[in-house]
Amino acid sequence: MKSSRISAVVLTTALAVTGCAGGEPEGSGGRLALTVAIDPGLEKGAVDAFNARVAEFEKAHPDVDVQPQEYKWDATTFTAQLAGGTLPAVFTAPFTDGRGLIERRQIADISGEVAKLPYAKGFNASVAKAGQAADGAMQAVPIAAYGQALHYNRTLFTQAGLDPDKPPATWAEVRSAAKQIAERTGQAGYAQMTAGNTGGWILATLDYAFGGRVEQLSGDSAKSTLNTDEMRAVLKSLQDMRWADNSMGANFLYDWATINQDFAAGRIGMYVSGGGNYGSLKAQNALKAEDYGITTVPLADKGTAGVLGGGSLAVVRAKSSAAVVSAGVKWIDFYYLSKLTAQDQAVADAKTTAESSQAVGSPELPVFDRALHDQRRQWIAQYVNVPVQQMKPYTDRMFAQPLVPEPTRSTQQVYALLDPVVQAVLTDRNADATALLAQAESQAQALLDRK
Amino acid sequence: MTTTAPPRQVAPPRPARPASHPRSRRRGSGLAALLFLLPMFAVFGVFSWLPILQTAVMSLQQTNLVDTPEFVGLDNFVTVLNDPLLWTATRNTLWFAFLALLIGYPAPLVLAVLMNEVRRLRGLYSALAYLPVVVPPVVAVLLWKFFYDAGPHGLFNTVLGWFGVAPVAWLQDGGTAMVSLVVESTWAAMGGTVIIYLAALTRVPPELYEAAEIDGASVWHKVWHVTLPQLRGVLLITFILQIVGTAQVFLEPFLFTGGGPANKTTTILLLIYNYAFASSLGGDYGAATALSLMLAVVLALLSALYFRLTRSWSTS
Repeated sequence: MKSSRISAVVLTTALAVTGCAGGEPEGSGGRLALTVAIDPGLEKGAVDAFNARVAEFEKAHPDVDVQPQEYKWDATTFTAQLAGGTLPAVFTAPFTDGRGLIERRQIADISGEVAKLPYAKGFNASVAKAGQAADGAMQAVPIAAYGQALHYNRTLFTQAGLDPDKPPATWAEVRSAAKQIAERTGQAGYAQMTAGNTGGWILATLDYAFGGRVEQLSGDSAKSTLNTDEMRAVLKSLQDMRWADNSMGANFLYDWATINQDFAAGRIGMYVSGGGNYGSLKAQNALKAEDYGITTVPLADKGTAGVLGGGSLAVVRAKSSAAVVSAGVKWIDFYYLSKLTAQDQAVADAKTTAESSQAVGSPELPVFDRALHDQRRQWIAQYVNVPVQQMKPYTDRMFAQPLVPEPTRSTQQVYALLDPVVQAVLTDRNADATALLAQAESQAQALLDRK
Repeated sequence: MTTTAPPRQVAPPRPARPASHPRSRRRGSGLAALLFLLPMFAVFGVFSWLPILQTAVMSLQQTNLVDTPEFVGLDNFVTVLNDPLLWTATRNTLWFAFLALLIGYPAPLVLAVLMNEVRRLRGLYSALAYLPVVVPPVVAVLLWKFFYDAGPHGLFNTVLGWFGVAPVAWLQDGGTAMVSLVVESTWAAMGGTVIIYLAALTRVPPELYEAAEIDGASVWHKVWHVTLPQLRGVLLITFILQIVGTAQVFLEPFLFTGGGPANKTTTILLLIYNYAFASSLGGDYGAATALSLMLAVVLALLSALYFRLTRSWSTS
């Protein structure tokens, strides 16, 4: 009786201890296990398509067992996953995190393997920079690029007596259109993200559009330039729309997900976000295609005015073995880049995506050169299912605008400092924009000095 | 068994030990007990004590949890104490605690006293009062976000509109955001406290009320002079528990406002979270753990006060 009781306790303890043990998953049949990111919540068709790609890869690389793991970058969970070592071996991150991940050695150095790829030197120079270490070695691979755009609701434009085919081309026109929409439809004419670091992201976008920059780099040092004429002009413009025109609605705590939700629901006339946002709006927010319009972010008449650009990087988890790094780069090449560089892969990917009712043909910027980008658009032309005509105000002019990369130093922390600034301007009639910017600038400088 | 115990000894006499093989029996049961305790030690060790120890160590380090940590002494504590947001967060947390005492503390007591007066369907009212506790907190917050919609079509603003009152910005205004959070959290947590008060009210001797009635006491006088003194112990316990609970408020500001607008609802726990997680590159774990330790010390002092009070009440 006693011995069986002791055995039970020992067994329970052993189970508890072994249950807690972690480590790299093992591949089946003695193969090398490679966990790779797959978007969470995909429809069955999309999962099947992904699995088909996995099978295809495993056929070409019989020594690798690819194990899909649900993952999508999220600022609030990414760091915990990174620290906890629970990310897939191959995952994606935004351009803003590239340099930081490399400097902190939080990703594996894959530059040796990447250099062997046939198109390694063909990346668009400004895009490639996001994944390069200080010495130019590419440790994170750019897989998608975007420029910011002004999204608008064509139905609200029509209801407000505006021509949806002639969207605003200047910030003065944005303001007057917003006022007209708010007065005639009762909805927010123009809305802006302000929470979860997106407030800083969009404020930096407008700062760029007005000709400003949020930081100045000089060798290893960086100077915060938040309290500038351009940034003050941006905040003044927001204050005017909010308090003089009352054209910004009633919600001033939007993040990326909630502003998309309200835009798709027809509660917002215009807002600024990534140019390729249509796919998310359609898949996650049930946007009606006929409501959608997109145009370029209006730029001030200044030589320094530009469009903030960003994108996604594919990386390999830190502390991965040489074999995992090698297999990981092969997967990046196969899954993310071959559809941008090879016709058969581009067509197969577009076909699968269209068959799973996801958007094909949303505007995007070239990861490689413009000629290859245009070539790819032709390859997938028959599967394009987005309202191309309604996107022309953007696609006709997006390459003509100067693209300026996002700030590279402490980017997300600086964005976080700007969230309360824009929130204060939109929720406090008496907010002193200059004082707020001065405070944010000194805090940002302290961050930049710590690096 | 002794018969010469000192007069003030109150402990019950120990049962006589069995006469046969006392040593081996004790050793055997001790080993079994230890083995049975092992899973508990493993679970507590891995999920409670080890993280607490790691927190203390990490508060003295600079680390991104990938590279080898660097010992930085008390730098993290200095960083936190020099952060202007710490004082904003402390002020906000105290403001939340004060509003919670003002709104959230008396509300369940009033409700419990009223329900205690009801003779019929008391069970139904208890169930209704407890219902919000059953609703998952995240669901409750999402629900209340609709109620607090700052547009004219938000639920509360629609009701205000019936009386000709202009829409209120609720969560979108620095002046009303914290009050809005307290109202929701009061609604969400009140049910449990109501049940505690109702149970305590059943222990109030009815003859006290009868005596008060004979003396011509009004309802208010009965509540003031009979009910409240009789609930004194429970009221003090819930008071301390509420202070400890409000010092750790996180869910409401995190889900409703993210600390906004303009940090008007950033609380200490939310600040700790932001230190560690707001930056996607792994924020300042050292600062986060340093502030966690400081908060833990304050809460430990409050807990000590709580134990001291409860001990004195239990012996009084």
